[in-house]
Amino acid sequence: MIFLDNLINGLSLGSIYAIIALGYTMVYGIAKMLNFAHGDVIMIGAYIAFCGLQYWGLPPVVAILVAMAVCTLLGVTIEGLAYRPLRQAASLAVLITAIGMSYLLQNIALMIWGANPKSFPRTFINNSILRLGGLSMSSATVFTILTNIVVMVVLNLFISHTKLGKAMRCVSEDRGAAELMGIKVNRTISATFAIGSALAAIAGVLLCSSYPILQPTTGSMPGIKAFTAAVFGGIGSIPGAMLGGVLLGVIEIFGKAYISTELGDALVFAVLIVVLLVKPTGLLGKPVREKV
Amino acid sequence: MTEIQQAAPLLRVNELHVYYGAIHAIKGISLEVYENEIVTLIGANGAGKSTTLNTIAGLLKPRQGTVELNGAVISGLGASKIVPKGLSLCPEGRRIFQQMTVRENLEMGAFTRTPGEIPASLEEMFQRFPRLKEREKQIAGTLSGGEQQMLAMARALMSRPRLLMLDEPSMGLAPILVEQIFDIVKELHDTGVTILLVEQNAQMALAVADRAYVMETGTITMQGPAQELLHNDAVQKAYLGS
Repeated sequence: MIFLDNLINGLSLGSIYAIIALGYTMVYGIAKMLNFAHGDVIMIGAYIAFCGLQYWGLPPVVAILVAMAVCTLLGVTIEGLAYRPLRQAASLAVLITAIGMSYLLQNIALMIWGANPKSFPRTFINNSILRLGGLSMSSATVFTILTNIVVMVVLNLFISHTKLGKAMRCVSEDRGAAELMGIKVNRTISATFAIGSALAAIAGVLLCSSYPILQPTTGSMPGIKAFTAAVFGGIGSIPGAMLGGVLLGVIEIFGKAYISTELGDALVFAVLIVVLLVKPTGLLGKPVREKV
Repeated sequence: MTEIQQAAPLLRVNELHVYYGAIHAIKGISLEVYENEIVTLIGANGAGKSTTLNTIAGLLKPRQGTVELNGAVISGLGASKIVPKGLSLCPEGRRIFQQMTVRENLEMGAFTRTPGEIPASLEEMFQRFPRLKEREKQIAGTLSGGEQQMLAMARALMSRPRLLMLDEPSMGLAPILVEQIFDIVKELHDTGVTILLVEQNAQMALAVADRAYVMETGTITMQGPAQELLHNDAVQKAYLGS
């Protein structure tokens, strides 16, 4: 029973990592950059939802939608102001900009909401305990896993069947050839940031529903772990981000339960190192093809 | 000057200069392509042929000079805005979307067109390239080199270009396939497509073309009717190996 409890908790935590990892992996696949500010977009999303629930008296669903809208706008703005001017620049310059953007967002949050942790309010997501046989779990756990499944299915349909989704695949594979098709590369990259950031808002709400402490650094650790998950699964691969995220969550919870609570986080990164030694492109990553 | 050439050119490249950083790759070239012509641009490796096509297509920005399509300046617009104006480039190395199916590749070629027009064009391509019909659902990366070249050409045609630019369509193909590709170029021309062809295989290119330009290290050194260049001593020595 404890084993099952841990497994379900791991799947739930992993689902949050997976949703965050999608943002990293899509942006990497399409814009070929690591957006280290992504974790902090999660934090902003959680704060907006918090304000909606606590101060503005919005119904939970509306508060989440507002958070998604704000994050979408934020993601597109970050891309347009900070990353787009660096499109032709060295990748290190972009990476450093992204790290700077991460600190900027944390400090803006610090200015607006202060350093004191806020306690995320209870909503329909986490206000009940579900019992199934001998298992009892928070509704947030179940809700998180279900949301992850829905996100996975919808995103796959979007990528494989819509015009924008196909344009994203083209830009990801060959930016120049995509342009020759008449695809507007900048607009496609913007759309990718928009989707990733909207997902970040969802992840922020889910994260704070399970772990209800909200502060300006709330997004950094989950952000780094989700990035790890994306690399673990094969960065650039959407199913890889899903698999990597879920596995990472399960490993973390099992590590904490059976090996050492203190070393739980270190274990996560140890697993990453082992996987990358054996399979450098990650679990589902494809080796880079030489162009003939 | 033939009769066709007295009309305004479909494509006019005027004193084009292109740089890669500090490298002056294209040094003020001018060329014209008239409606219904096949014009070829030949020259050695590194002469700047692909750079010229990439600049016309909008992938590269010229530092000086203009490109006009049908009288309107298109240089500086960027590739994605040039395609809907009726110019399509089938790039060097084919650059098909390896992980997409043959059909998806063709659909991407029609990205800027209204969805209702696509099925008819797909049908047209499948008739012209029956091999692609057979492979419709196959992942493009698994096609043979010749099939990939056909796919790249069909994809470029899906935007219904007034001018099709082909960059080294015969590269890396077996001789029998090279002939097949040039047959297709001729067929396309017969159905009214205007073509600007870049080739290292000067013999074949001059044989199908109406007019030709010879490029050397970023400049045009010779131009004229293809048949004349084919029998020109200097061209023969430099590019035809005789």
